[in-house]
Amino acid sequence: MMPMAAQAADPIKLGVLEDQSGDFALATIGKVHGIQLATDEINAAGGIAGRKLDLVIYDTQSDNTRYQEFMRRVLQRDKVDAVFAGFSSASREAYRPIVDQLNGLAFYNNQYEGGVCDAHMIVTGAVPEQQFSTLIPWMMEKFGKKVYTIAADYNFGQISAEWVRNIVKQQGGEMVGEEFIPLGVSQFASTIQNIQKAKPDILMTLLVGTAQSSYYEQANAANLHVPMGSSVNVGQAYEHKRFKPPSLANMYVTTNWIEEVDNPASKAFVARWHAKFPNEPYINQEAENSYLAVYLYKEMVERANGSTKRDDLRAVIAKGDVCYDAPEGKVCLDPKSQHMSHTIYLAKVNDDHSITFPKVWPDVKPYWLGDSGCDLTKKNPNAQYTPSNPPPKG
Amino acid sequence: MPGFDAVIGFLYQFGDAAAFLVLCASGLAIIFGMMGVINLAHGEFIMGGAYTTVTVAKLGVPLPLAILCGALAAGVAGMALERLVIRHLYGRPLDTIVATWGVSLIVSQGTLILLGPSLADISTPLGSVQIGSLSYSVYRFALMGVAAAILAGLYALFNFTRFGVLARATIQVPHMAESLGVDTRLIYSLTFGIGAALAGATGGLYAPTMTLVPTMGGQFITEAFVTVVVGGGDVFLGTAPAGVVLGFIKSAMTTWEGQLAGQIGLLVAVILVIRVLPRGISGLILRERA
Repeated sequence: MMPMAAQAADPIKLGVLEDQSGDFALATIGKVHGIQLATDEINAAGGIAGRKLDLVIYDTQSDNTRYQEFMRRVLQRDKVDAVFAGFSSASREAYRPIVDQLNGLAFYNNQYEGGVCDAHMIVTGAVPEQQFSTLIPWMMEKFGKKVYTIAADYNFGQISAEWVRNIVKQQGGEMVGEEFIPLGVSQFASTIQNIQKAKPDILMTLLVGTAQSSYYEQANAANLHVPMGSSVNVGQAYEHKRFKPPSLANMYVTTNWIEEVDNPASKAFVARWHAKFPNEPYINQEAENSYLAVYLYKEMVERANGSTKRDDLRAVIAKGDVCYDAPEGKVCLDPKSQHMSHTIYLAKVNDDHSITFPKVWPDVKPYWLGDSGCDLTKKNPNAQYTPSNPPPKG
Repeated sequence: MPGFDAVIGFLYQFGDAAAFLVLCASGLAIIFGMMGVINLAHGEFIMGGAYTTVTVAKLGVPLPLAILCGALAAGVAGMALERLVIRHLYGRPLDTIVATWGVSLIVSQGTLILLGPSLADISTPLGSVQIGSLSYSVYRFALMGVAAAILAGLYALFNFTRFGVLARATIQVPHMAESLGVDTRLIYSLTFGIGAALAGATGGLYAPTMTLVPTMGGQFITEAFVTVVVGGGDVFLGTAPAGVVLGFIKSAMTTWEGQLAGQIGLLVAVILVIRVLPRGISGLILRERA
């Protein structure tokens, strides 16, 4: 009886590994704040199943090695119940084997290239089928069928570019160019020229990090004005707020939430946020994903009668109705892939860098993993798949 | 005329790459190439120059003057760093690496804490020009001109002025220079300051074309060291040919196979040069002359 009583009074410990310094900090400090805001709200309302939430926060410094060190530390020394971790896909793949090995549970609250089929992971960010299967057909219908992709040269950019290629082909379009750019490159004279020579109707920009974001100003200065599509800009590093107009004009982004979303729940969320963090420059989609992830965890633990054991939580997920009314709208967890359904907003950046939403797709499901054979309720391969490397059949 | 377009296009890319390399390296060529101080905080001088330039330009000061302010601020910061840290570490290259790396971390993280993760930028001036079927940013042509002017200015400074003679004497044989009445401490301090000021000017020049973040110095530092290592010890005879050769390799490889090939070409070139010409291009030129 004693350990049970002690357990009921102990706080639930959540590890938070996000970049608060280094190249990615700009887009990720808000994720920590989102988790803190949700934690404060939940604690003020009595905690989860009567237990307070306690955050163990480390700064991963935009450095994959730090992720590995701190992941070991939170799981082994701090003994947290769940971890909220990671921005870049490289960082996620750096820590994921450690979560698997130490049998932890990690939330990856970030849009990414998709394909992680791992029972130790819950992904609350949007994936390519949610962002690209909406964005690309819409843009091809409006602007034309010739597409050029520039993408960051690591797993995120490579796999996202593959998605773009496949969807363009399915829609009867043509890829007129594709270039992968090493992270850290900040000079784009040659890339801009190659794009001018290829004359695309649509330019997909899948650039990552502050160095690569210099592209937009340089393209604008060289008078290159092709309509741009992206799954990463605006929704993460709020380039439309930071860059002088009109360098980002005519860019179309599919995002599951940004602070401009105009509905009562979002307005209330932004107001609560600014009450706690008055100096927040921008609340991005990953901040909302991080916020809703804490509530999703609460929902799961309460339905598991207060248990924080991974197997108990996964039994709840397997029922297929773990949902939460987030600022973006209702989101639900898919039991096969442990990824989220999302409302997808098409955000258009205008000449003055204001945002309008020409289209909204409600309840877009993360269908690809489940359709191609990943089913975590039956089997856990701990693997990441891509369209050219799908789960093995049977 | 596709042939004409391609030639102009390549020349522009080549000029752009060479200008970037020369401007990255100009300050470091003095601090590392000439004085032998491995300054890992070089990128932070560039960042400081960029931040100062943008802040001053937003107050309504014309851009060229703002860039001058950026250079001045970095120069003063450089002299202060020389007096407080570098001075005590001359002849101790390994200790200098650790100390300047520490300074670099403190400055970039301090900037993040004090000024936040990014600074709103200013747009690139001068607009664009259409040549054939391609359009170009005029400002980048201006950068090429400035890079050439800075090289010419450095050549004149170190070869035709009294300060240049004293600086070279001080760095070659400090004790002899001192015994002849040269205030070597002042010369060291000024030379380091000039190197830092050039880094600040580079930051200011590129500030309108880039995202301003505390870690932006890191986007220059690889190119800076590569150019100085390939160039060797002489500020003018090293940096100018190194910028031209590496700029050509980088733009040719990038045109051929994209940015990744350009980066690889640059790094392979530096490995080859270190192997074949350990004292860099200027070592080769000066030996032939002697």
